[in-house]
Amino acid sequence: MTASRSSLRTSLRYRCQLRQAAAERRAETHPLTWRLHDDNRPLGFDEYLDMDGYAAVREVLGRQSPDEVIDQVKEANVRGRGGAGFSAGMKWSLTMKGEGIPRGYLVCNADEMEPGTFKDRLLLEQQPHLLIEGMILGGYANNSRYGYIFLRGEYVEAARAVTQALEEARAAGWLGKDIAGSGFDFDIALHTGAGRYICGEETALISSLEGSRANPRAKPPFPGQSGAWGKPTVVNNVETLCNVPAILRHGVEWYQGLSGGRSDDGGTKLYGVSGRVNEPGLWELPIGTTGQELLDLAGGIRDSKALKTWLPGGGSTGFLLPEHLELPLDFDTVGQYGSRMGTGLLTVVTEEQSVVALLRNLEQFFARESCGWCTPCRDGLPWVVKILQSIERGEGEQGDIELLEDLAVKLGPGKTFCAHAPGAAMPLQSAIKHFRDEFERGISHRARAAHEDPIPVGEV
Amino acid sequence: MNSTAATRNDATIATDGDAFVLHGDDRRAIEHELAHYEQPQAACIEALKIVQRRHGWVPDGAIPAIATVLGVGAADVEGVATFYSLIFRQPVGRHVILVCDSSSCFLTDYEALYDALAEVLGIRFGQTTSDGRFTLLPVCCLGACDRGPALMIDDDTYGPVEPDDVAELLEAYA
Ligand SMILES: Cc1cc2nc3c(=O)[nH]c(=O)nc-3n(C[C@H](O)[C@H](O)[C@H](O)COP(=O)(O)O)c2cc1C
Ligand code: SF4
Ligand code: FES
Repeated sequence: MTASRSSLRTSLRYRCQLRQAAAERRAETHPLTWRLHDDNRPLGFDEYLDMDGYAAVREVLGRQSPDEVIDQVKEANVRGRGGAGFSAGMKWSLTMKGEGIPRGYLVCNADEMEPGTFKDRLLLEQQPHLLIEGMILGGYANNSRYGYIFLRGEYVEAARAVTQALEEARAAGWLGKDIAGSGFDFDIALHTGAGRYICGEETALISSLEGSRANPRAKPPFPGQSGAWGKPTVVNNVETLCNVPAILRHGVEWYQGLSGGRSDDGGTKLYGVSGRVNEPGLWELPIGTTGQELLDLAGGIRDSKALKTWLPGGGSTGFLLPEHLELPLDFDTVGQYGSRMGTGLLTVVTEEQSVVALLRNLEQFFARESCGWCTPCRDGLPWVVKILQSIERGEGEQGDIELLEDLAVKLGPGKTFCAHAPGAAMPLQSAIKHFRDEFERGISHRARAAHEDPIPVGEV
Repeated sequence: MNSTAATRNDATIATDGDAFVLHGDDRRAIEHELAHYEQPQAACIEALKIVQRRHGWVPDGAIPAIATVLGVGAADVEGVATFYSLIFRQPVGRHVILVCDSSSCFLTDYEALYDALAEVLGIRFGQTTSDGRFTLLPVCCLGACDRGPALMIDDDTYGPVEPDDVAELLEAYA
């Protein structure tokens, strides 16, 4: 009895697992994952060192200027892997630095909470030294005084791995004063969160890091001008930072070549698939891999069902159709089809699943996770949920779909302090566009003069 | 500890029945955190987590006690404590179950898993079993979507958890 109990616990325990075997992964083609073990054991410090670890730090610090580092990251065109796809090199070139400007902070965004996203966890749990190396290089390029890894509180395993790796790196002189004899001083602290999706938004993350409620801040000033404690602050996603060491080690041309002509973006991407597929999972693949290739790797849809629709990169991206499976998944391409690449982890919806119900689930998430600062987001999202619930029950009213469309506009870009509300608007807008008939089937009542119990939605 | 905190602690006796005393180790742990930041307020969330690790939740009296150690206002600490979903401002069970209710787990039927949990435990989201053993809460995507539906019990993440697994899985948590 005891044995079976512990074996159920063991067999159900979540272990982050890349779906490519070590034999398939090489340094030249899989810069993010080639070192990882097959059995999801974290890569040890010595192993990392033996496999070219911290070589980029040794090569770059004190030998190249920070501007040279930034130029290479810019030319490599590594786009932000947190979902927005902003050029990391461009961001770094805009950080305030120089005579008379105080040294600021480099913050790694490890808050991973976007529904459907499970990629940063792999790097954090199994290869924290790669992230630390990327942060040292980022800190050097941005003249940062100190680094923080802002890690969501639920990632307990990752916290353990990161803590140990920070100690190892510090003991070996990769963190602290005069790193590798370069004269550059830099250290990193782990900061763990306590819930709330909004902490992942970069200005809210800074508020949270400072120990306040995670309310986003208006931009400008951008964090690169005035961020944590008013100092220049660079916020980058885990995966973005993990791309940096290999770029500096193997060069821009090599990095650009990784996408093999599939995309103008450089490098590889951690792509994944979840939902009702036969073998959900995570892969490191050239950027520009198509949805179809991913769906095939995931073994197709369970029970031989057909694909109805999919989200390309988390809950705040727009619904795409089966015909879009042939598109290369990169930031510019997906952006042309009413969606975004987002985090690049696909959520698959099958023919028998309801888009209205899924959308209701997503909007409940956004409503619950709103920080409550702006009116359209705070009051509009619960209203959206309420309408979707009535349509789901088949009790929608004439005019509800138009009302949802109107709300989606009010939640859209530029109307709120942060991109949370636009993130909620994108699946709403795209679901109505592609599946209007499903919404119409949920409308059974004639329009009333005024909506019962209306919730006012105004401008900020 | 200075007199302000002592007075506030006295004040909470009437409502709580128990005076809150910040454990010496916890105070040292909080003070240690201060070194990582430019301003003491930044250690606030970690301080709340340190207290919660010991008590299971953050009792009212802990708020002014933490404020005193950090040298910030109690209202600021309270504002932070109530904002974050993993800081518990009321007592929770010995084990906290966090059930992912986000999109991928919705598509792999977390609702059936939730129904099974609710039935076995006799509680809904936000409630604690009468024996004080479990508290059941929803949580944002746990980053385990490839094995949904996923849940966490204390520090352990599990998935995919079938409704039939629930009773046996919970047995491991006394
Ligand atoms: C509501 C919201 C939540 C976000 N959550 C995350 C997150 O968990 N992780 C992340 O890296 N970026 C997240 N972002 C994006 C960040 O604001 C920011 O763009 C990113 O951290 C920048 O890093 P990158 O350029 O390397 O991607 C979020 C944005 C919004 C609006
Ligand atoms: S858009 Fe929503 S989450 Fe963002 S600041 Fe406004 S209320 Fe807060
Ligand atoms: S949606 Fe449940 S773990 Fe990601």
